[in-house]
Amino acid sequence: MSARAVTEATFEQEVLKNDKPVVVDFWAEWCGPCRAVSPILDAIATEHAEKIDIVKLNVDENPGLAMKYQITAIPAFKVFQGGEVVKTVVGAKPKPALEADLAAYIS
Amino acid sequence: MPSVESNGCHTYVTNQGAVLRDIIIIGSGPAGFTAAIYAARAELKPLLIASSVEIGGELMNTTEVENFPGFPEGIMGPDLMGQMQQQAERFGTEVVYDDVVELELDGPVKRVKLGNGGVEEARAIIYATGSAYRKLGLPEEEVLSGHGLSWCATCDGFFFRQKTIAVVGGGDSAMEEATFLTRFADKVYVLHRRDELKASKIMQQRAFDNEKIEFVWNVEVTQIHGTEAVTGVTLRDTVTGELRALDLDGLFVAIGNDPRTHLVHDKLDLTPEGTIAVDGRSSRTSVPGVFAAGDVIDPHYRQAVTAAGSGTVAALDAEHYLAALDDAGAADEEPASAEASVAELAVAN
Repeated sequence: MSARAVTEATFEQEVLKNDKPVVVDFWAEWCGPCRAVSPILDAIATEHAEKIDIVKLNVDENPGLAMKYQITAIPAFKVFQGGEVVKTVVGAKPKPALEADLAAYIS
Repeated sequence: MPSVESNGCHTYVTNQGAVLRDIIIIGSGPAGFTAAIYAARAELKPLLIASSVEIGGELMNTTEVENFPGFPEGIMGPDLMGQMQQQAERFGTEVVYDDVVELELDGPVKRVKLGNGGVEEARAIIYATGSAYRKLGLPEEEVLSGHGLSWCATCDGFFFRQKTIAVVGGGDSAMEEATFLTRFADKVYVLHRRDELKASKIMQQRAFDNEKIEFVWNVEVTQIHGTEAVTGVTLRDTVTGELRALDLDGLFVAIGNDPRTHLVHDKLDLTPEGTIAVDGRSSRTSVPGVFAAGDVIDPHYRQAVTAAGSGTVAALDAEHYLAALDDAGAADEEPASAEASVAELAVAN
């Protein structure tokens, strides 16, 4: 299962009002590390589907949200819980490292 | 000892049940993929371990590559790497997207442990892990990394539209980053600790000609300001020692690279510069059957083309090494001519 895309139109419903913690992957087409880490996120999303949602937000197409959440580097992963950012991880990482960063929400 | 059996095409089965390959290549930059092209064309069926998130190496973070021969109009770094991979795969290279976590290099069977827990084995290893961005060495780097502090202009420049930023460094990559960042930023300072640049003339001139770029000579960054995001830096004048503050929205660091030797620094001999030591112009490391190529052995040139050439050397060296092993094996199987073979081997060695 690949992480689904969210936009400025769906962000509130899919992320802010989500009952589960949501990892938002801020990415762009031109970002090599974003593309490299994408299958890793898909795998984490599949393996922990009952605990968390993982969604992708294209910063080119949704610059307002990128600005609102003060993104200055991508890939950036922000964990939202109850509409608030509770954790930020920046940069592509191998799966075990990313799982360790997200441990509080997936274990 | 693992029992090693030949089935006639260099595929062996070891006591752990894994396939014993001829060559495993670690690294997926120009050195790794070029080694793979040569090894694959020599029908050695190389396995290339590409890493999980840094596939393609340093060129994946560059835009236009203008100095790789054969591309008169230039080529985008990621496109070049994609094409190298296609070329390697066309001849039978197997590519694995995982990270090496541990290596066993002693003895005739080299073992490579992967992040997914799997173990791969081969008679020869080509180590081409490249280099990593050098850090400034300031405590605030960890906290501010990704929050206005970056090592990758092509990745993060986009977020600095109409901002004031700085690039630290004086080499080609610093000039490239500064020039690239003017697409977004209103103002780009280049902070350099000397009064002249190491960068090539064409890259220097491009930066000098750019109205948005301002050079600040003879300074080093001694502190990065900001708690949640970069707000500026403290600069120390390297001549007078004077300190001053510079307000910034972002800081890009391009002060060089360090060879990535953390998996092998206690297994292979290194040079005083920290690169893997190789024998003369060859790729032979201090351990038989282990060859090294690309930036991890090169403290000086570090170009895509030199890395590719270095990968070629490693593949040819590995090929010769394997051929010599096969010859020795064949000699063992012919008791009648054993004495003659031993004599030949002694000469060959």
